[in-house]
Amino acid sequence: MKWIAAAPLAALLLLLPFFAGDFYINLASQILIAAVFALSLNLLVGYGGMTSLGHASYLGVAAYISAQLTSRYGFGHGPAAIISICGTTVMAAFFGIIALRATGLGFLMITLALSQVLWGLAYRMSGVTNGDNGIAGLTRPMPFGISLESPASFYWFALIVAVFAFVMMAIFVSSAFGSSLRGVRDQPRRMAALGFNPWMIRWITFIYAGFWGGVSGLLYVYYNKYIHPTSLSTTSSAEALLGVIAGGSGTLGGPAVGAALVLLLKNYASAYIERWNMLLGLVFLFIVLVMPTGIVPGVSKLMTALRRGSQ
Amino acid sequence: MQFWIIQGLNSLSLGGLLFLLSSGFSLIFGLMRLANLTHGAFFMLGAYFGAAALRSYSGLNIWVAALGAGIAVAAIGGLFERLVLTRLKTNPLGQVLVTLGMSFIISDACLMLWGGDPIPVPTPHSLQSPTRVLGFVFPTYRLVLVACAVAAAIVLYFMLERTRLGAMIRAGVDDRQMARAVGIPVSNLFTIVFCLGAGIAGAGGVLAGPVLSAYPGLDADMLPLALIVVILGGIGSLLGAFVGSFIIGFVYTFGTALFPELAYIILFLPMIFVIAFRPEGLFGRVGA
Repeated sequence: MKWIAAAPLAALLLLLPFFAGDFYINLASQILIAAVFALSLNLLVGYGGMTSLGHASYLGVAAYISAQLTSRYGFGHGPAAIISICGTTVMAAFFGIIALRATGLGFLMITLALSQVLWGLAYRMSGVTNGDNGIAGLTRPMPFGISLESPASFYWFALIVAVFAFVMMAIFVSSAFGSSLRGVRDQPRRMAALGFNPWMIRWITFIYAGFWGGVSGLLYVYYNKYIHPTSLSTTSSAEALLGVIAGGSGTLGGPAVGAALVLLLKNYASAYIERWNMLLGLVFLFIVLVMPTGIVPGVSKLMTALRRGSQ
Repeated sequence: MQFWIIQGLNSLSLGGLLFLLSSGFSLIFGLMRLANLTHGAFFMLGAYFGAAALRSYSGLNIWVAALGAGIAVAAIGGLFERLVLTRLKTNPLGQVLVTLGMSFIISDACLMLWGGDPIPVPTPHSLQSPTRVLGFVFPTYRLVLVACAVAAAIVLYFMLERTRLGAMIRAGVDDRQMARAVGIPVSNLFTIVFCLGAGIAGAGGVLAGPVLSAYPGLDADMLPLALIVVILGGIGSLLGAFVGSFIIGFVYTFGTALFPELAYIILFLPMIFVIAFRPEGLFGRVGA
């Protein structure tokens, strides 16, 4: 059943550039980037029970490293991508050691403090990051000599990366390691008693999530060809977290749907009003108070209820 | 020499401001097990209330403004706690997310009401002339600021340790269910402590005006400092908030003065040391 339902979706995603206008193709590319980002955060929030409010760090740092290397030091996109992903992953390993000294709210506060420090650095270290002006005039890579300048070609590129990321993360959570991760989320002490090392399991997940956060950061900077400190801000982390929670944390597809909704809301709202942050705050209140388990689990619960009712 | 003394005083006054911000945060966390991410926004709201009031009524005393803004912010905090946070009693993660959402709403509302330009707050006339001690010249207002923080610390200490209300709060911090069982109205305590914390932050925002002025992003600048103070000092500990505030005040001020680009990284270091060797914080009890 599931696979039959997935086929039209796959066809829609694959063929979108043939029938949609440039505006919608670009919007779809942005959704794919936001989805990869939200999925990586979901590894922590949904499967690991570690609510991070600093995930924008990985997106922003990967984007900044790539921007630096290609624009200032004349690196090619290939080596720059590898260095920025490796750098981001190492940073995640380091941040993980700090943040995982605590759990729960302590973890949340430390991740928030760390990401705010990076945000402050991006603003103040104007010699390196160009401060509030951001780094503009960046280029997109040309994998195998194919230009990604047109909306459609970039969309397909983002789609390939996003599908690959989705599959890799799906394998991760459905593996034996993923089961132990969920065990650590629900019953850390029992898992420790069974001989698992909860800290190590959390740390590996933290690094893996940082890695995919870095990948989404690369896509982000390729798409925008520009990077600004706001991509490291709490707002950026909070948007992703809202996507995860709105879509349904701990489900595979939910965060992608949630991220898409947040992005669409942001796009349409910003056409009419300037007050995105206020709207974001109100949506936060609404989701937490009205739909605490998220839209995808909420809707699927509704569907089962309807099916039962019709039988 | 003058440089070190002036920067030392600046550190002390920043530490005082941080204490006004983080003591409330720490109290709220200790009692309610709630990381109140709205706290930076309460501080900024207080700063804007004060700046706006002092701009429109030039004769207004800054202490009256601080009192008024503190009460106003406390009332807003109390409403938020009663209307929203109590609904999420069983959902600590939901509570944090709601406080985050609320901080976005407040900071955007400030931007909408007062615009993007910073509003400077004049130093009160009576405190404008510098004070001379041992041949060194000090800006009087900053000295007064430190005195305010110390006074607030003493008042809070006596309130917690010597009054009936304080005894009930301590009982609630130690064992919430037992406190309920012996008839302490813990839910009302939550509201009182939340109002108190918000009020101190709001009043602190007004007093910060002559030093920092009111500007958009003040909340995002101050919240991480408060978080680091609380992580450093130990969550829920008043003494920890006091010591942590002054440590961070010194580290941040000297870091900014000596290595302006790296100030934020230097801010990291005390936090990393404490987390590495004493994860519960300098004065925290185990299990925050």
